[in-house]
Amino acid sequence: MKILRSILFRLASTAVTLVGVAVIVFFVIRVVPGDPISMMLPPGATEEDIARLTALYGLDKSIPEQFLIWAGGVLHGDFGTSITARRPVIELVLGRLPATLELSIMALVIAVIIGGAAALTGTRERDTKIEGGIDVANGMALSIPDFLWALILILLFGVAWPVFHISGRITPSLDLPFVTNFYLFESVFRLRFDLWADIVSHMFMPALALAIPLAAIIGQLLKQSLKETMHLDYVTLARTKGYGENHVIIREALPNAILPTLTLVGVQFTFLIGGTVIIERLFSYEGLGNMAIDAVINRDLPLIQGIVILFAVLFTAVNLVVDLTYALLNPRLRHA
Amino acid sequence: MLDGRSQIRRRLGLRLWLSGGWLLLLVLAAVFAPLLSPHSPLEQDLFLGRLPPFWAHGAEPGYLLGTDSLGRDVLARILYGARVALIVALAAGSITGLIGSTMGLLAGYLRGWVDVVISRLIDIWMAFPPVLFSILLIAVLGPGLVSIVIAIVVIDWTRFARVVRAEAMAQGAMDYPASAQIAGRTRLSTMFVEILPNVLPTIVVLLTLEMGIAVIVEAILSFVNLSISTDDPTWGGMISEGRASIHQAWWVMVFPLIALFLTVLSFSQFGEGLKDRFDPVLR
Repeated sequence: MKILRSILFRLASTAVTLVGVAVIVFFVIRVVPGDPISMMLPPGATEEDIARLTALYGLDKSIPEQFLIWAGGVLHGDFGTSITARRPVIELVLGRLPATLELSIMALVIAVIIGGAAALTGTRERDTKIEGGIDVANGMALSIPDFLWALILILLFGVAWPVFHISGRITPSLDLPFVTNFYLFESVFRLRFDLWADIVSHMFMPALALAIPLAAIIGQLLKQSLKETMHLDYVTLARTKGYGENHVIIREALPNAILPTLTLVGVQFTFLIGGTVIIERLFSYEGLGNMAIDAVINRDLPLIQGIVILFAVLFTAVNLVVDLTYALLNPRLRHA
Repeated sequence: MLDGRSQIRRRLGLRLWLSGGWLLLLVLAAVFAPLLSPHSPLEQDLFLGRLPPFWAHGAEPGYLLGTDSLGRDVLARILYGARVALIVALAAGSITGLIGSTMGLLAGYLRGWVDVVISRLIDIWMAFPPVLFSILLIAVLGPGLVSIVIAIVVIDWTRFARVVRAEAMAQGAMDYPASAQIAGRTRLSTMFVEILPNVLPTIVVLLTLEMGIAVIVEAILSFVNLSISTDDPTWGGMISEGRASIHQAWWVMVFPLIALFLTVLSFSQFGEGLKDRFDPVLR
């Protein structure tokens, strides 16, 4: 009962956050200088044309009035019409979402693999030069943000030794059989590994740039928790039973050490999703973030609103899932 | 044990010296940019476009790090770009720190409805993608140094507020603020005179880290072409131009990238070094 109540409370406060985001973004972009309507009309347009189009997009009403109309539409799943693309915002945004999700998830997987490997190796080789080396690498990886890693990766593996693609999501000349925009997943289901390889070779570097700082965080925290667990009595007991070091670390220490890392990964994952905006721009990857920057440059108000709200929904959803998983995994909270 | 500790301290000292040294060098470069630059950072000469750095074949003496596609001196632009980077770092870092720490102190020490309001604001802020938020703000405020500083302050105050709030809460739960109040201090004066000095080391560390972040944000914004005017030299702007001609003239992107890399690394290592210095266990 208690857990149900706290879940309801969490949902309610999430709703408040989302409404706050919607209000702020709505009013902030309405004070943007630059008239989106005059930008979409040809130079010879008459005053009448401008007025008609302004009314069509509802931009002639007062800002609070516009907000109520927009909020009413959102409750019915209508996020308005993009001014530049002249298509429903929801259609545009959902069309791009899969690309960004695939990129974020791939980055998360890479981060978990690298960070996990670093933590396990560091624990196994603790108090040696290898652990020292891992610490230094972690420190470096943490100090440099994804934007810089991306530029360094472009120079190394896109220019100096060109093994990966540095622009786009897939080679444009390829014939695509896809019905969804989840190219990476769908290519696997269709057993088109030629397409899969092409997509991965486009995604790998942006995903790696996003993954490096997170991998360092995982590596650091997990190693610290593991090393603390290694001193506990039950671990010593397992060792006296004759189990090898690998078994002790992975089977005995890891399950108990992983909880703090799991919570942190959740929070950090939202930072990673936020990072896709600039990384997609750098790699000309056709995701939400790239579209968002174009929308800001073109003053496409309805589209900007839609994208920011979608990002906020993603962030709060990730946080919610993390909190719930934590409650389920942590016996102290489960039985409270 | 004692030996290990002194070894750690020596390593930490080296880290502080190296990162502090680079930052000092940068300050000098920024201050004396007009004296150090052999050319004006804006001077174009299309006949001298894309000259390679001094060691490569075809280099022109006087253009140590080569020129960009418009024939502007890369070294001069890096030196003048350091001015923009440092101004943004200092201004944005300190204002963000001031506002964020005040909010954090108020929320963490006063608690009650103040805490509820500030924590809710932090929650809402955390739901914005920061890069998108900053681009949006620059679109609203118009390009320019002041806009960049405002954008960073508006977005990043939560970074200070979250940490300082937690620290102030922990300090507030101790005995000394209560005794100060019994001795006749008001709550606000207790907050500034008793709590603040104990939270200050954390704020100083966050400040150093924030300066590194400010440099990166400025670079990102000028990369998306939303920073200051496109003529003025900024590292991000140079990287953006260099990215477009990377296959013809790698040096246009590589040198500002190295400067940016070392600066961001130094700010963060300096901050981490300070954190360990302040750590009573290691001291």
